[in-house]
Amino acid sequence: MTWFRREKKALEVPQEKRVQTEGLWVKCDGCKQIIWKKDIEASLHCCPKCNYHFKIGARARLEILFDGGRFTEHDAGLASTDPLTFQDTKSYRDRLKKAEKTTGAKDAVITGEGLLEGKPLIACAMEFNFIGGSMGAVVGEKITRAIDRCIAQRLPLVIISCSGGARMMEGAISLMQMAKVNAGLARLDEIRKPYISVLTDPTTGGVTASFAMLGDLNIAEPGALIGFAGPRVIEQTIRQKLPDGFQRSEFLLEHGMIDAIVPRKELRGYLARSLELLGAWNDQ
Amino acid sequence: MPESQAQSAVVLELTRQIAELEKSSDSEAAQEEIDRLRGQLEALQRVGTGAPKDAWDRVLLARHPQRPYTLDYIQLLFTDFTELHGDRRFADDAAIVCGLARFEGRAVMVVGHQKGRDTKQKLLRNFGMPKPEGYRKAMRLMQMAAKFGLPIISLVDTPGAYPGIGAEERGQAEAIANNLKEIPKLAVPIVVIIHGEGGSGGALAIAIGDCVLMLENAVYSVISPESCSSILWRDWQHKQDAARILKLTAQDLRGFEIVDEIIPEPPDGAHTDHAHAAALLRPRIESSLRELSALPAAELLHRRHERLRKLATFVRES
Ligand SMILES: [Zn+2]
Repeated sequence: MTWFRREKKALEVPQEKRVQTEGLWVKCDGCKQIIWKKDIEASLHCCPKCNYHFKIGARARLEILFDGGRFTEHDAGLASTDPLTFQDTKSYRDRLKKAEKTTGAKDAVITGEGLLEGKPLIACAMEFNFIGGSMGAVVGEKITRAIDRCIAQRLPLVIISCSGGARMMEGAISLMQMAKVNAGLARLDEIRKPYISVLTDPTTGGVTASFAMLGDLNIAEPGALIGFAGPRVIEQTIRQKLPDGFQRSEFLLEHGMIDAIVPRKELRGYLARSLELLGAWNDQ
Repeated sequence: MPESQAQSAVVLELTRQIAELEKSSDSEAAQEEIDRLRGQLEALQRVGTGAPKDAWDRVLLARHPQRPYTLDYIQLLFTDFTELHGDRRFADDAAIVCGLARFEGRAVMVVGHQKGRDTKQKLLRNFGMPKPEGYRKAMRLMQMAAKFGLPIISLVDTPGAYPGIGAEERGQAEAIANNLKEIPKLAVPIVVIIHGEGGSGGALAIAIGDCVLMLENAVYSVISPESCSSILWRDWQHKQDAARILKLTAQDLRGFEIVDEIIPEPPDGAHTDHAHAAALLRPRIESSLRELSALPAAELLHRRHERLRKLATFVRES
């Protein structure tokens, strides 16, 4: 009993501190330590103690990727028509409005063009906070248009994925986006411009089963959950617990599904070097 | 055998299968199949004659235990079926059958999901849920079809791609994704027939084509009504609402222009008369093949791409 009391007392101190400086400290999901928020921000939202990669928004992703954080955004106004007039306990329209308010985006992907070490490329980044980064008609269309732009301008493509899969509220129309984007990738093959897929935590379902696993290079952030079926669905189906590390980046590397695990702070250098090696800008 | 007698025989058989599966509960996916069988029992009791059918009725009909499966259609519609096996990398997946055959005398490649009718067959076919090797086998043989100029006929009927450890280790997502990227390149006509369950990416992986036909009581959805219900309402009790809001019937999909044509079934459903169901399908396959075969390859590929591209109409500039 005394032992418990002592532990409780010992824990109270940092908690009190945390309340006083609310918003300045974050508990790391990796090492469970309390870290100063500014330290995390200074290291591209990675834990300075254990290198855990925190989720970041789509806009922040593109700002990290492009030189000077500058890019020209494409198709920013594209929005869903709610083709199913989907209504469960809430209406899909309300869900869309709420997601727009939280993220400042019209849907779950931001696409744009900018420079990487002085060389042009087109990039797409998915926004997990927008209905789980799910792919409906808008995500499918914006990525397909990004591919079309790569073909028209002969530019390389980078897609940074972060998604729970196809968007249920757009039904079979979401499903068809998988086919549409991949038909675009089939055309990108013809012009021999590289496409690098960057998989981040988490990327599952209809996004892995379409463009995210089909990069000329597939690279992943450390520790990201990547798979077709979500771990809970698999556990329910096979009725056993999944092994530690199952469907994590390291597991995928071991099973031959990705080319490399690249920490966030090395991403720009890695992309620039490999795109250069693949001759992405040879005709520029 | 009068229909009511035949029906009670099926009820007995289903009850027996449920008991059998409950005993072998360590078998993967058994639990899901038990739930599915219970749904089929419900189907038998619920789906009557003539009454207007709601979305959930269609789901039950699409999963009806006596509905014709892919091999039934192959037997009724094709001659010289020569089954071909294996993905040349890992295994042969019995949840997808592929083979050469003749349709109205013409050599074609047939691919399709296959469910099992009795317990042994269900386990062998993994309840119609393919693993990566199934999708890779289908891709290998569709590419072979293109090499030899054979039209492809795809018969779609799956609850979905199998979610399991081995399937993940061998790249289920990559296998499906690769089909979606490679099928658009095949310069031969592809006719897709969704005749039972079109279960999400697991169905789509062999459902890209130039003409997509869908049977009257088939369903095609991004997620099962049960899973949709459990996500939105945290239980399975709203599966009927989920079926309705997901817009998964042939009528809905025709409306979205994902499906080109709805194929009528015998009055009480395809399960009541397999030969009649196949006879209703045959002329539609025939006319689609004739029309598509007349197109030059470049035109065929262009049209296939445009089919997918036009789904862009579901976005707006705001
Ligand atoms: Zn940490």
